[in-house]
Amino acid sequence: MGMTMTQKILAAHAGLAEVKAGQLIEAELDLVMGNDITAPVAINEMKKMKDQNVFDRDKVALIMDHFIPNKDIKSAENCKCCREFAVRHELTNYFDVGQMGIEHALVPEKGLVVAGDAVIGADSHTCTYGALGAFSTGVGSTDMAAGMVTGKAWFKVPSALKFELVGKPSKWVSGKDVILHIIGRIGVDGALYKSMEFTGEGIRNLSMDDRFTICNMAIEAGGKNGIFPVDELAEEYMKEHSKRDFKVYEADPDAEYEAVYTIDLSKLKPTVSFPHLPENTKETGTFGEVKIDQAVIGSCTNGRISDMRIAAEILKGRRVAKGVRCIVIPATQNVYLQALKEGLIETFIEAGAVVSTPTCGPCLGGYMGILAAGERCVSTTNRNFVGRMGHVDSEVYLASPAVAAASAVAGHIVCPCELGD
Amino acid sequence: MKANGSVFKYGDNVDTDVIIPARYLNATEGAELARHCMEDIDKEFIKKVRPGDIIVARKNFGCGSSREHAPLAIKCAGVSCVIAETFARIFYRNSINIGLPIIECKEASERIDDGDQVEIDFDSGVITNVTKGESYQGQAFPEFMQRIITAGGLVNYINEK
Repeated sequence: MGMTMTQKILAAHAGLAEVKAGQLIEAELDLVMGNDITAPVAINEMKKMKDQNVFDRDKVALIMDHFIPNKDIKSAENCKCCREFAVRHELTNYFDVGQMGIEHALVPEKGLVVAGDAVIGADSHTCTYGALGAFSTGVGSTDMAAGMVTGKAWFKVPSALKFELVGKPSKWVSGKDVILHIIGRIGVDGALYKSMEFTGEGIRNLSMDDRFTICNMAIEAGGKNGIFPVDELAEEYMKEHSKRDFKVYEADPDAEYEAVYTIDLSKLKPTVSFPHLPENTKETGTFGEVKIDQAVIGSCTNGRISDMRIAAEILKGRRVAKGVRCIVIPATQNVYLQALKEGLIETFIEAGAVVSTPTCGPCLGGYMGILAAGERCVSTTNRNFVGRMGHVDSEVYLASPAVAAASAVAGHIVCPCELGD
Repeated sequence: MKANGSVFKYGDNVDTDVIIPARYLNATEGAELARHCMEDIDKEFIKKVRPGDIIVARKNFGCGSSREHAPLAIKCAGVSCVIAETFARIFYRNSINIGLPIIECKEASERIDDGDQVEIDFDSGVITNVTKGESYQGQAFPEFMQRIITAGGLVNYINEK
């Protein structure tokens, strides 16, 4: 029996010619990553280990992104803990205020991950890098601690679901709509313990930013990882961002999949996940008026430059509706700078939005846009659980940057196609 | 190893944001996290929970974030075991790695009600519902994971290697 793309990468990193779904393996890691919330817990765990050294100072990355610039004293102490650790272990890849960005936008941008890699990160959205043809998955802090010391992690080799993408998405449909559609179809545990393997001729119609968004939310279907084949576009991206050599793995023609789903991209509509689960999806135009108090455009899911461009395209010459707060958060310093050069930041401010320094901030209810009881937010983030962005009686509606920007203008959730001139 | 306690019952998809809301993630100590455990799904939980008590839920328990703070908060609140039909994979890993006992058992997840008195034998995987006079067979861990659990978590396991 052949292997899936994920299985091939895992086999290579375990030094095995072949692996099968369900097999427990120990794999060598190309990158171990953590952030200002998960790394301090990992650093504490590492203190209990006999070996106190990191396995490779180039392959451990600490990225301050969740609560920075520090929102309170405890957050400041957590960052201080990471900063001192980075200095003590002479880490090459430590990103603090000024160089930072949201980890899952920053890691590919800095070229720290390439095709064929095996990566763990102490953050559930580490699955993002599958867009480059790498195996990457989220783990907890103890796994991170063990990974930092040993350079290895144990995995159960996942079985796979195949998503055959065909056709070309229409004007206002993006990677976000593709992944929300899939989660709506298979549910929040539809890919539990499994890899989500995206294939098909439709892939060529998806930008790298679309693919990052799709893989980013694999975890929202319970998936272990999401992964795309490596095409010319992915190769160009890696050559532009990384000096490292990459290795292309392809699924065997007789690889086994538990299920195959065909997604016709041309038939998708802008999609919104209603509270309080990402699987509660509805297409725009199929629901009544949902008034909003806030719109958030950013996060590891949708804070990249193409997200900024589409939001600006919609907000240009328009105004955020009275009574709506629109918060735009470029995911990295580079995205911020590029948006500034292209005049997008000016567009946002002229439209009545605010622009924040890169941070995860409101996505997980940290700061920079917390909701009060009864408030509603349309957000380009990835989770709409109870209390995710603030009060337990607040509501989050997940959508693309296009829908979030259009909704900020309309004051209720709409497709950009519904906005007049 | 055995556990014995009163049950707190929850439904499908109990996520890590309700287990430990992000507003408390600036804390890293278990005792501090435990004070807010389950706060956004059940405000009474932390007032009522007694050492040894058991959480029983349905599908996909612990979905969402990778925060180890979630199993840590549950463990430090005194909970002796979490039983569910299925667990989200990162929560599952984290629980094993920090030594919070968890068991997958569809029947127990369906049959056990809030407030039931339950006993668990971890060696055999047998879950006994004392209140209802029933027992259910939980799924045993693969040997490799059992070794991590026996060592008291991943860090000890690696130290012993």
